[in-house]
Formats: sequence, structure tokens, C-alpha cells
Amino acid sequence: MQLSSLFTLLVIAAAVAYFVGYSRSTSKGLDIGGVHKLSSLPSQYGTLALMWCLLPGVSLILTWLLVENSLLNAMIIKVLPASAQALSEGEQSLLISQVKSTAAGVAGLNVAAEIKQAADLYSGWVTRSRMYLSGLSIAVIILTIALLYKKIADTTRARNKIERVLEGLFMMSSLIAILTTLGIVLSVIYESWIFFSHVSPIDFMFGTHWSPQMAMREDQAGSSGAFGAVPLFVGTLLISFIALSIAVPAGLMTAIYLSEYAHAKVRNIVKPALEILAGIPTVVYGFFAAVTVAPFMRDSAAALDIALSPESALIAGVVMGVMIIPFVSSLSDDVINAVPQSLRDGSLGLGATHSETIRQVVIPAALPGIVGSILLAGSRAIGETMIVVMAAGLAANLTVNPLEAVTTVTVQIVTILVGDQEFDSPKTLAAFALGLMLFFTTLMLNFIALHVTKKYQERYD
Amino acid sequence: MTNTNLTQRQIIEAGLKKRYRKERAFKAAGVISIIFGLSWLVLLFGDIIGKGMPAFKSTMIQLSVNLDADDLGIDPEDATTFNKGNYDRVIRNAIRSEFAEVKSRGDRRSLGRIVSSNAGYDLRDLIKENPTLINTQASVWVKADSVVDDYFKNYYSPQKPGHILTDKQLIWVNDLIDRDKVTFQFNKGFFTSSDSRDPESAGVAGALKGSVLALIVCLVLAFPIAIAAAVYLEEFAPKNRLTDIIEVNINNLAAVPSIIFGLLGLAIFLNLFGMPRSAPLLGGMVLALMTLPTIIISARAAIKAVPPSIREAAYGLGASKMQVVLHHVIPLAMPGMLTGAIIGIAQALGETAPLLMIGMVAFIVDIPQGITDPATVLPVQIYLWSDSPERGFVANTSAAIMVLLGVLITMNLSAVLLRKRLEKRW
Amino acid sequence: MKLVDNVTEHTIPKDTVGTPFSDNAEISVRNVDVFYGEKQAIHNVSLDIGKNEVIAMIGPSGCGKSTFLRVLNRMNDTIDICRVTGEIIHDGENIYAPKTDVVPLRARVGMVFQKPNPFPKSIYDNVAYGPKLHGIASRRTDLDEIVETSLTKAGLWNEVKDRLHTPGTGLSGGQQQRLCIARTIAVNPEVILMDEPCSALDPIATAKIEELIAELSTNYTIAIVTHSMQQAARVSNRTAYFHLGHLVEVNPTEQVFTNPDHALTEAYITGRFG
Ligand SMILES: Nc1ncnc2c1ncn2[C@@H]1O[C@H](COP(=O)(O)OP(=O)(O)O)[C@@H](O)[C@H]1O
Ligand SMILES: [Mg+2]
Repeated sequence: MQLSSLFTLLVIAAAVAYFVGYSRSTSKGLDIGGVHKLSSLPSQYGTLALMWCLLPGVSLILTWLLVENSLLNAMIIKVLPASAQALSEGEQSLLISQVKSTAAGVAGLNVAAEIKQAADLYSGWVTRSRMYLSGLSIAVIILTIALLYKKIADTTRARNKIERVLEGLFMMSSLIAILTTLGIVLSVIYESWIFFSHVSPIDFMFGTHWSPQMAMREDQAGSSGAFGAVPLFVGTLLISFIALSIAVPAGLMTAIYLSEYAHAKVRNIVKPALEILAGIPTVVYGFFAAVTVAPFMRDSAAALDIALSPESALIAGVVMGVMIIPFVSSLSDDVINAVPQSLRDGSLGLGATHSETIRQVVIPAALPGIVGSILLAGSRAIGETMIVVMAAGLAANLTVNPLEAVTTVTVQIVTILVGDQEFDSPKTLAAFALGLMLFFTTLMLNFIALHVTKKYQERYD
Repeated sequence: MTNTNLTQRQIIEAGLKKRYRKERAFKAAGVISIIFGLSWLVLLFGDIIGKGMPAFKSTMIQLSVNLDADDLGIDPEDATTFNKGNYDRVIRNAIRSEFAEVKSRGDRRSLGRIVSSNAGYDLRDLIKENPTLINTQASVWVKADSVVDDYFKNYYSPQKPGHILTDKQLIWVNDLIDRDKVTFQFNKGFFTSSDSRDPESAGVAGALKGSVLALIVCLVLAFPIAIAAAVYLEEFAPKNRLTDIIEVNINNLAAVPSIIFGLLGLAIFLNLFGMPRSAPLLGGMVLALMTLPTIIISARAAIKAVPPSIREAAYGLGASKMQVVLHHVIPLAMPGMLTGAIIGIAQALGETAPLLMIGMVAFIVDIPQGITDPATVLPVQIYLWSDSPERGFVANTSAAIMVLLGVLITMNLSAVLLRKRLEKRW
Repeated sequence: MKLVDNVTEHTIPKDTVGTPFSDNAEISVRNVDVFYGEKQAIHNVSLDIGKNEVIAMIGPSGCGKSTFLRVLNRMNDTIDICRVTGEIIHDGENIYAPKTDVVPLRARVGMVFQKPNPFPKSIYDNVAYGPKLHGIASRRTDLDEIVETSLTKAGLWNEVKDRLHTPGTGLSGGQQQRLCIARTIAVNPEVILMDEPCSALDPIATAKIEELIAELSTNYTIAIVTHSMQQAARVSNRTAYFHLGHLVEVNPTEQVFTNPDHALTEAYITGRFG
């Protein structure tokens, strides 16, 4: 049975359940002297029956589908010749996808006999698995409806039960955020774990030579030096530093000018205009950097007799800085507005000028909040991907010269993972190790930033 | 007293000039910062629009084609044979007849190249639409090759930049131009066709459809879950550690780099659950996880903004907590929640990096029909095109960016309008 | 003349009665109107504030006392919609003349606010803030001396001399307010404006500030807004009564509280409205 028809069946069953719940409660109600004697409305009994029918059915189908894939993969490997079982996980996964595409009929003509055989078996298993699933679902549905028929009674307080089920669903929704984090943590840690069994963490963290391509060759797989991520870290920090040294002063001054000096009219135009800058997708900035800014800056530098690589940290950093300006300015704007007017009055009342008041009273008072926004901006810069993918380099040069080409953590993750990957090769896994570093660095920055900002906000509440 | 005060006054007066200079410098720094930011905005838009506008028009060449059914190899009575016709040859012959003097094989081939290699398909579509043309000598406009397109688009500009037409091609094209056989037409194909290797035939329809499908999946998943989570956290959750953890977690998740969500999608959805690669379903799920925190945060703000008096009134009538939430709080908070959803979806629409990880980068010529078909999305299409060396693709990329920004601005404007309406109510 | 029964809190007063003018004026206010946008908050007020006197402003809340006080050193400039007409003469010059510079003006006419507002800096830096800004003291020793004398005058020196470099925000409310007073007198102003300086303080701290005001009045001209009639009676030489933005009566404090000239004043001090 097709999945879609299974879901159709489920919907029909739900409708039946609703009807059963509705009519049973009505007839019960008539037995005891009127529908109004029931503790809940007939429609509520119907809804409850519907929930009882849907919840087990949907959870059954979803769990089944989630488990099915891993099980079938294991079974495919089992039926392949013994040589396949000795292969690495990555090569196995390649075989598995070959089998699956053969089964789906999208593979080429010259497929090995073993693969073909496995594919036939696989198709059979999928059909059978779906059959079991359909049978089981129908059984569950019939069982629930039968139970419902017996159990819907005037004593059942349908409304309370519906509400409890709903509340449970609400709670589960709020847990999805946790599950997401858990999923991220587990997947990056698991893959990194395998990576670190090929490459020593010390070499990864402190090695200065990064060249994952070379490690593809047999004799060099996992050899030390090829996965030294220091050039990536330095490149990432260099670009982020350039971005922040543009975005922080410009964003902060923009926020200060708009909230302390500008007329409401100017503010109402400039603020949304700058917010457009924040809403532009990063791929657009990347294109702009690569196609317009890079040639322009290279030519200008050449006119000054400076050799500027078109993939230099400077260009990527400047464009990223522009992207982050509105982010810094809107965060600082909130922070500056939280400084109480009484402090400004105190300073102005002593004869301070406006800028003296801002520099010596407002900014020091807002400092924790400003630091928080800078940290958030830093985390933004470190994790930014498209601008650097399109405007920074691929070669891992270990340099802090902003005029030279550098690469970053995110660029390497994208380069490694875009296109065909063999899972399990150190090269692919390296992307997850980089992801692990990236995730925990940004997480820490965000955590500190949010903490500092929260403390700051409490101070002036 | 008076004396010391007098000297103090003089000291203060003496320092004023310098202090006011600093004041002016500080203000100027603010103005300069704003101008800096705004000029990038203007520059970016100006540059993109300047580069992108040409992509909305195509250079067309007028040919007199002999649509003889036998030459085409089709049966005028049987529409099913139309697909197999040899339209390319007909077009080739037509262009050769324009320049009868061209004899050598190499020249003839080179002459044929001034017409787009996809012109045959356009001719086929024309005949399908209009079978009466068969067996007539028809005058049709066909797409020029991108090289000619480039040349013609710069034809009127004073400093005709370099082009890669051969000398002979240049003569032929100029001759056609002189004979008024070259013109611009609105490039409808940009909005109706999908990706192509040839810039003059590439369009955004496939990517746009992919984006729409992925965003629908994203919205269908993220919006109800976000509302449920926000309602739980605001109305039901007990104040305990778990709730605190959920809160901190949501705030942190909102700031996790998007590429990390791509890793999650790759490791869990693709490799563990074996979901279809490159599909809008997968892309939408990843985007949903990514936008969930944003929507939850704004939904919570919207719920907080519902005045307590409304809740109290409902409780006063004997409603249960769930009824108050379902009948009063959620409907009243809905505009705010929708605003948050639009902002989240707009963010998802512009997202590229996580989708690269889950294989939405393939070269896909077909427009996806469902959420499990392989597809790409608009920002990824932009990324792919931006890598192509041809000039025509630079224009296409910029034009695709214009489409993307247009959609984004529309979405954000509607969010702003929605918020305005919301503000009016209370 | 006093038809107490005929006045209500909505009665619009006409001219100021009593003795609003003085021969020895530090600040002369003439025909001042203040507007917030369209709304008029002060109506045609004329008043002299005498040298070294303590003048108290009383009146129902919202009658414009704070507004009037803030007009005296142009603190109202910080409010965009606020507009002032009329003249305020200080040291022979109209402070609302276009050429007047607010920076030195505010150094000469200082202000203490309702809520203590120490800067998030050390006690020392709070007091040294003004002198540093104005370049009054450039050497460290001069600055130390100013900080010590100001804190001493504000009656705070003994309490804080051992922790000058701890944050000013760590002090108690009363100490914070005295720190703000010390901060104000550190720039050696001629006039100190105080807007309900004790309203956020407990009675003991209030008593200390009142004592301080009495001491300061030998050197400074003080204008104090208060919502407490007892306080006005205790600290001031003259009292001005405001009503709905009008200056109703100005008289020596004793007279205002025992035998006011105006029916509205009497109604207010007897607690008929407030
Ligand atoms: N910043 C402001 N903007 C608009 N109106 C104001 C502002 N400050 C005060 N007002 C108005 O001016 C009048 C006088 O206020 P205020 O001087 O604060 O009175 P008081 O200090 O006597 O209580 C009040 O009606 C008040 O609403
Ligand atoms: Mg007041």
C-alpha cells in the first residue's frame, strides 16, 4: 500500500472515530434523559475519539518510517557478498545508494549482478515492510475504534481529556527546540568522534597545514598535517575581525546618532532603510563582493601599487562588516535606549555637552549591553557562510595579512560537503569536526552575550 | 567668592571652543556612519539593478523560415510527431539563406552559432501552439545566442566593451542590425523556464517553484509547532528548570549559524532517516528547524501583548484555561504571530548555506512538481549562476537577485502593515 | 478678600500676589510661558530669585513646578517639544537669548534631581566629573582637593573617604542623593536647583539633606521644589505657590504658611486639594 493511501485511510478512520464518538455519546445521553445531562458536548466526545484514533496511528507510521531506513540498510549489506561487509562505512553507504537507485530504476544499465540481486531483494523488503505497516495500522485503528465504542460513556469527562492531550502536544512542541539542539550536538559529536579516530585532535587543533584533498590518496589518508585547522581558524578570525572593526564603530555611531541626535523624521526614514541592509540575503552580498567590490578594490589597490588578492580577507571582511552594521546598530539602539534619561539629565545638568554625556555617561552605562551585542555580532561573523564562500579563497594560507587570500571554517565545510561525498572518509568527517568547533564557539559567544545582556537589562528595569 | 568664580568662568569659557569642536566631530562621525551604511545600500541596489535589467530583455533575430512538413520531418495531422521534428535544421537553413554568399563549411557553422542553440525548442513550441504555420514560409523571431545578446545589449553604449564575436560574425550581426532584423523582446522565458546551460534560455521558474515548495513545507511545520510551543511556554509551563532550559535553548538556537542546520539535515535527515536528497521536503524541514526559534520568540511576544483583562473576563465566565487560550489568546495574538511567521519565512527564503549541504545545488532543468522532486531554490540558483563565467549569467544572477529582493521586500512590507494594524487595536 | 469657599482646584488664578520681586536678584524671571507642543504648562510667570536665598516651590502635582525649575537652567532643551517665551535674566543676560551657551550656564546653575542619579562610576569620578569636563582642575592634587571639599560640604566625606573608588551606585539612597549634591557643588555653581530631592528618601536621610540645604544656603542660591509643606517651611526663606501653571503667590515662608494672601494658597495648605 502506498504511503499516501495509508494516510488517507487514517483520515477516514479519524472521521469514523469522530462520528462514533459523537453518536455514541448522543445515544448514551438520550438513555440517561437528554444530551444536556452529559458532562461534555457530543462534539467534544467526537474530538476526543478522533484524537484517540489519530495519535497512535500517526506515531506508529512515523516511528516505522524512521526506523525502516536504518534496518533496511543493514539488511542490504548482509546480502551483499562478504567482501562488501569488510568495506568501510563510507564505501558501504555508496553501495547502499547504488542498490537503492537500481531498485528505483534510475541506475544505468551496467549494474553488477550482486547489486541487481540485492536491489530485487530490497524492493521486496520495502513492499513487505509497507504491507506490515498497513496491516498494523489498520489493526490499531480498528482496535481503537472498538475500544472507543465501548468506552465513550457519560462519565467520561471528554473536555478535560481533550485539554490534557492538547497540553501534552503543546509541551512536546516546546521540546522540539531541545531536540534540535540535541540533534545538532549528537550528529556533530558523533561524526567528529569518528574523525578523531583517524586524525588526532591535537593535529587538528594545532596543525598548521590544511589540505583535505591530499588525504584522499591511500598512502596519505589521515596522515598528520593534512588536517591542521589552524589556518582556517586564523582566516575565520581575521575576516571576522575586519568585519567587526567596520561594523562595530559604524553600527554603534549609527545607533547613537539616530537615538540621540536625529530628528524623528530622519530616524523614521533611515532606520527602516538600514534594516533593508539586514534583510538582504547573504548570497546577494557574496555576489556583490565577488563581482563588484573585489574587482574595484583590486584595481584601486593596484593603482596604489598594492597587490591585493581578489580573494583577500579584506574584501570579504569589508562586505561582511557592511552586512553586520544594521545588526550591531539595532542591538545597540535597544541597549542605549535602556539607559535611563535621569543619567543623561544628571550629566547635562552639570554642563556637559551632548557628546560628553554620551561618551562618558551613556556608553559606560550601556557597556555591558554593548559588549553583548558585539559578541553576538562576532558570532554572526564567525558563522557567516555565503559571503566567504563566494568572496574568500579556498587555499588554506596561514597568514594574518588582510591583503592575501585566506579561507575560513565555513568555506571548508561547504567545499567539502557540496557535491558527492563519501561518508566516513576523513575528508567528509573533517567537515563535521569543523562544524563542531563552529557550533561550540558560536554557542559560547551567544550564551555569554545573552547572559550579559540579560543582567544588564535587569539593572535598569 | 566672586573672584574665584570669575576665574572659573574664564577657564570654562576658554575650554568651550575645543569642547564644541569635539561635539561637532562626534556628530559628524554619526552622520558619516549613516551615510556609509546608506551608500552601500544604494550602491548595492544600483549595481544589481544595473547589471540585472538587461536580463529581462532578450535579443531576437528575425528569420524567414520554411516550415515545410517534410523538411521538419513531422506529420501536420499528428501533433505527437511535433516533438521529433528537426527544427534546428530549418533554422540553420533560414539563417544561411540570409547570407547566401557564405559558402565554406566553417563559416556556415560559425554563422549558425549566432542563433541560440535552444531556438529549435522555441520554434517547436510555436508550431505546437499554432499548427497552421506548417507548410508556410513564416517570418519568426528567434533568440540570438548569448554572445550576440551581449554584443547587442552594449551596441548603443558609447564605449562598446569587448565582445567575443569573431570578425565574420561581427559583420553578419551588424548586417542584420542594419537590416532591422535584430530587436529586443521582453524575456518571458526568464520567468517561465528553468535552469539551462545557455544564459539566454535560463530562467528562475524552477528555482522559484522550489523555493515556494520548501517554504510551504517550512511554514506548515514551523508555524503550528511554534504557536504550540509559545502557548505552552507562556500559558502552561510551570516555572522550573526544564522551562528555563527550554528558554535559554530557544534563544541560543536563534543565533546558531545556519550552516550548522545544514549539517544537522545532512547527518540526521539524509543519512540516518534516508530522506530524498535535494527535495523541497528536506529543505523545508531544515528551514523549519532554523526558523522555529524566531517564530517562537515573536509568538511569545504577541501572546504577552494580549491584555490580561481579556483573560480575566473569560475566566470570569467559567472558561477553562485551554478554552481561554484557544478562543481568546491565540486569536488575539494571531496578527503578531503571523508577523513573526512572515519574518521567519522571509529569513528562510534568503537562506542558502544549509540547503547546499543537503544537495539542493544540483543542476536541475525540470520544474519540480512536488515536494519530493529534486529541486533548487532561488538563493542557491543565484549562487550557482554567480559561478558561471559567461556575461549573460552575471545579468541573470543580478536579475534573479532582483526577483528575490522583490519577494523579500513584499513579505517584509506586509509584515510591517500587519504590525501596524495590530498596533491600532490596542 | 479670601473667599476660600469659592475656590476649587479648577479655579484659574489671575495675577501673582505677594512679593515676587526682589532688589538683590540672582535670577529674574519675566513673563515666562512654557509650552509642551500645543499644551501650555507655565502661564506668564514673573519672579525674582534673590541671592543666597532658599526659595521653595509648592503646589499640586502637575502644576508646573518641575517645568519651571528646569526652565531656569535650560534643562528643558532636552525635550524636543518644549518651547519657552519671555525672559530669564541671570547675571545681566537673558539665558534664552540665542547667543547664550547652555554649557557654562549649567555649570553656573546646577541641578539636583528627584531620583538620585549617580553615574555608574566610582564615588571619586562622580564628583570629579564636572571639574574634569570644564577643565576647572587639571592636576590630580587639585582634583583631589575639590572632591574632598565637595564631599565634605555635602556631609558625605566621613562616610565615604575610605571607599572613594567604589561605585557610586553602591551607596544608600540618601548617600546617593548627597553624592549628587556633592557632584553639583564640585563645579562651584551660583545657583542650585533641586527638584523634590527628598521624595525618594526615608525620613532620616531627608533630615540630613534638609540640614545640608541650610548649610549650603550661606554660599549658594537655592531653588527647591517640594511636595512637602513641612519641608518648605523648614528650609526656605520664601515660598512660591503654583497652581495650574500660574504663579499664585510668593511670600516669606512664614507668611505663606500662617497667613497666605491668596485663597488658593490657603486652600492648598489647609489640604483642601493637593
Ligand atoms: N516632557 C513632557 N511632555 C509633555 N508634557 C509634559 C512634559 N513634562 C511635563 N508635562 C506636562 O506639564 C505639566 C507640568 O508638569 P510638571 O512640571 O512635571 O509638574 P509638577 O512637577 O508640578 O508635578 C503637566 O501637565 C505635565 O503633564
Ligand atoms: Mg515634578
